[in-house]
Amino acid sequence: MKQVHRAIFIFIFLNLLTCFVLHPEGGTMAGKVKWVTDIEKSVLINNFEKREWVQVTESEDWNFYWMSIQTIRNVFSVDTGYRLSDDQMVNHFPNHYELTRKDLMIKNIKRYRKDLEKESSPLAEKDENGKYIYLDFVPVTFMLPADYNLFVEEFRKNPSSTWIMKPCGKAQGKGIFLINKLSQIKKWSRDSRTSTFVAASSGKEAYVISLYIDNPLLIGGKKFDLRLYVLVTTYRPLKCYMYKLGFCRFCTVKYTPSTSELDNMFVHLTNVAIQKHGDDYNHVHGGKWTVSNLRLYLESTRGKEVTNRLFDQIHWIVVQSLKAVAVNASPSLTSSTANDRILKYNLINDTLNIVTPNGDIPDCRWNRSPPREAMGNYQVLYDEEQAQSENAERDLRSRSGQSLGSKGSKGSAGVRPAAATWK
Amino acid sequence: IMEDGTDVSLSIAQIVQRLRGSHLHSQLERQAKDCLHRPEIKLESLKEDVRSFLRASGWEKRLQNAVYRELQLPQCHPTAPAEHLKEPLAYMRKAQASWEKRVLKSLNSMSTELGVPLARMRPAGEQKDLTNKWNEMGTDEPDLSRFRPVYAPKDFLEVLISLRNPNHDSSEDMTVKSHWGLIQVPLNIRDIPQLRQAYSELNLNNGQLGIDDHAHVHPAACMCPHGSVVVEQDSAAAQQYSRRGCPTGLRSDLWALILNSTNQPQDVMHYEQLKAGVIQHDLLVDYLIYKVSSSLVLLCFSRDTAVLEHFKYNSATPPKSYVHGKVGNEEFAVLYPPNGVIPFHGFSMYVAPLCFLYNEPSKLYSVFREMYIRYFFRLHSISSSPSGIVALCLQFERLLQAHLPQLFYHLRQIEAQPLRIAFKWMVRAFSGYLSTDQLLLLWDRILGYDSLEVVAVLAAAVFAFRAENLMEVTSLASAEAVLADLSTLKVMPLIQIFLFATAI
Repeated sequence: MKQVHRAIFIFIFLNLLTCFVLHPEGGTMAGKVKWVTDIEKSVLINNFEKREWVQVTESEDWNFYWMSIQTIRNVFSVDTGYRLSDDQMVNHFPNHYELTRKDLMIKNIKRYRKDLEKESSPLAEKDENGKYIYLDFVPVTFMLPADYNLFVEEFRKNPSSTWIMKPCGKAQGKGIFLINKLSQIKKWSRDSRTSTFVAASSGKEAYVISLYIDNPLLIGGKKFDLRLYVLVTTYRPLKCYMYKLGFCRFCTVKYTPSTSELDNMFVHLTNVAIQKHGDDYNHVHGGKWTVSNLRLYLESTRGKEVTNRLFDQIHWIVVQSLKAVAVNASPSLTSSTANDRILKYNLINDTLNIVTPNGDIPDCRWNRSPPREAMGNYQVLYDEEQAQSENAERDLRSRSGQSLGSKGSKGSAGVRPAAATWK
Repeated sequence: IMEDGTDVSLSIAQIVQRLRGSHLHSQLERQAKDCLHRPEIKLESLKEDVRSFLRASGWEKRLQNAVYRELQLPQCHPTAPAEHLKEPLAYMRKAQASWEKRVLKSLNSMSTELGVPLARMRPAGEQKDLTNKWNEMGTDEPDLSRFRPVYAPKDFLEVLISLRNPNHDSSEDMTVKSHWGLIQVPLNIRDIPQLRQAYSELNLNNGQLGIDDHAHVHPAACMCPHGSVVVEQDSAAAQQYSRRGCPTGLRSDLWALILNSTNQPQDVMHYEQLKAGVIQHDLLVDYLIYKVSSSLVLLCFSRDTAVLEHFKYNSATPPKSYVHGKVGNEEFAVLYPPNGVIPFHGFSMYVAPLCFLYNEPSKLYSVFREMYIRYFFRLHSISSSPSGIVALCLQFERLLQAHLPQLFYHLRQIEAQPLRIAFKWMVRAFSGYLSTDQLLLLWDRILGYDSLEVVAVLAAAVFAFRAENLMEVTSLASAEAVLADLSTLKVMPLIQIFLFATAI
């Protein structure tokens, strides 16, 4: 039910682990893959070494560069004009910041919805209250300081509501706080380093403010979020894979909507990075469940149908967000527990298997979808190419007078049937 | 035949006796009284009309389920001595008694050593704290470094290995084979042909829920969306159904039905009372529970004197403790802990899987308690029951010996007795070793067949599955390593193949 959906989360902090890009020109090179990274994490390095790839430095000829965010920024900034050669691969798309900053994400989603409306796409359909039927997965959000007045107008409509403030450029839960009075915003703007709002163009101090969902789904009285790993290999056509072994992270303190606890961010935030400092952090479990355990729990306590619909909606949101080019690019590769380390190692392993099949040197002409066996714990989330060819086939069949199945496949417009699943 | 008739009527009398004075009884009486003003109830046909009403309103079904539950629990022949219901074999009773003594001694000495009384009243501040933290998923722990578990499963295994039937001279046995395993008592256990008959629903030809098609419509009951369970509300039918596995959306309700855990207001109240008891008093046993894993369900369980009922048919006897300075004086004897069950290392694993099925604590508690008094208690008491741990161990060894003699012999030679590895799985009914969804499929069958036997079968099937690798190992440590990770196993195919595809 929609209630369950909304109650669980609105923003999924998608950990877009990697986006890979190949420069679209020909040419290959024989030999072992040469790799560089500026992130000293064993889960990465062990994976490169196990494939017997050769470590080189940035200034040498490299095929595969796992870059930190800073490096991506530098490498692909307008000034440097750097271009990848045809046998080079990196782990982020150059415009990744469109995907990772919260204000840009909101802008992209809003723009995406408007675009769909303009082209009269059925996806952009609204109900009688003016809410999007299929694209209502983001709560009311404003950018600060740019939309401050709009925000105040909205706030006054529901003065008892709670809002969550998130800095645009930070991850791992840093800088987030809740407010339920306008005065708290004013106070914040006074307290921040500059006495006035900093212009959005500088990007550094900008925040987004969203309506806070105060009836989240609780398990054992605790709030939790979902950490899902999605791999995007190409944007056009869109090919993305979701790692099956995602997990949920629980707050260690029991959730309470009471306003006195608003300051206790431990209650509301679940990012591991913050919870580590809370008194109750449990180092063995780290307060996590696998997504399959979550699924089992929900099926047992709420029923299979509702649970299926929930997961369908989660996948839907991921795909739509990618389409709107809206994803967080800075997953934590720090492992907090032994199990976590194993998970991340396997995750990187499966990722590398998909993007460099047979461990070959990248070749930008390679465009095929990997076979089932090579996907490891990833599953295909959306393959636009395949969807389009299915659509074409359908058209062909309909032209030749054959009847269509009741559940359409995803056409190029990404029509979502009203029925339970769109797979 | 006359004797049979007497037996049956005696059993009926016993069940009636047990149900008399129960809450269900008073509810039935009230229902019967209340329905008298209804128009369809006629004086001339009072008895039949009331019965029809009770049937139509579902009360007869509830009574049926209650009777079914009583029948499921071990029955005592009215002329047999009470101790025979606990355990008919004298040597087993003796062994259990001496084990208990050891455990109690250990508990008492820990109490003295640490200066922690067996029971004490909590100060008010602590009580409030605990009330606030209730329902949290076990991240709070007091300082437990001083406490050690009262016993570990391997201590218990040593006791089982040393069991001997004084009336049976094993040297009389002609075949050398019977001495391969560690368990040296002659209990009746089923072989594969008998198991095939008993577990015929698991035949390879029959679809099993959880492996086969998700949309598989189960023949035995109506697949209704969650919220309106199996329409019939029949315990016996639910049990039969469970043999082929429960759909995840229905499992919680099916298990509750099979166990007749109704979660009526009085059950909720009972749970709340237990909870209040936890908040007011802490017991030394609580620390042990924390040590094994903080589980608030277990804290309540420890205080639940309703659990004492099951000692009628449990070979174990609740440990008695004495008020300080009055040892031996029955006037000052206290059952300790109140429910008579001392937790051991890993005990909370019986509860953990249920946390995925129920989000209401009182429901969770009720189902757990029923599972304990029907099945789990048999995993840590010494008895001759076919579901008891001794029989399971013997069953496991015999199955392995009969069908993988080469493997067994090899492991024995390298001093890696298979039971030493499999024991810890069986004692916990595999909880904590399998992935949760697989574990629940296994427990579906425990409930469906009303027996723990399937646990022994699975243990043997696991060895069969990893036989190739096990043949290569040269030490106990490497054998342990091969069998360390069971989290990827699919239990039903393993069991099915072992039972139905093994050549005999």
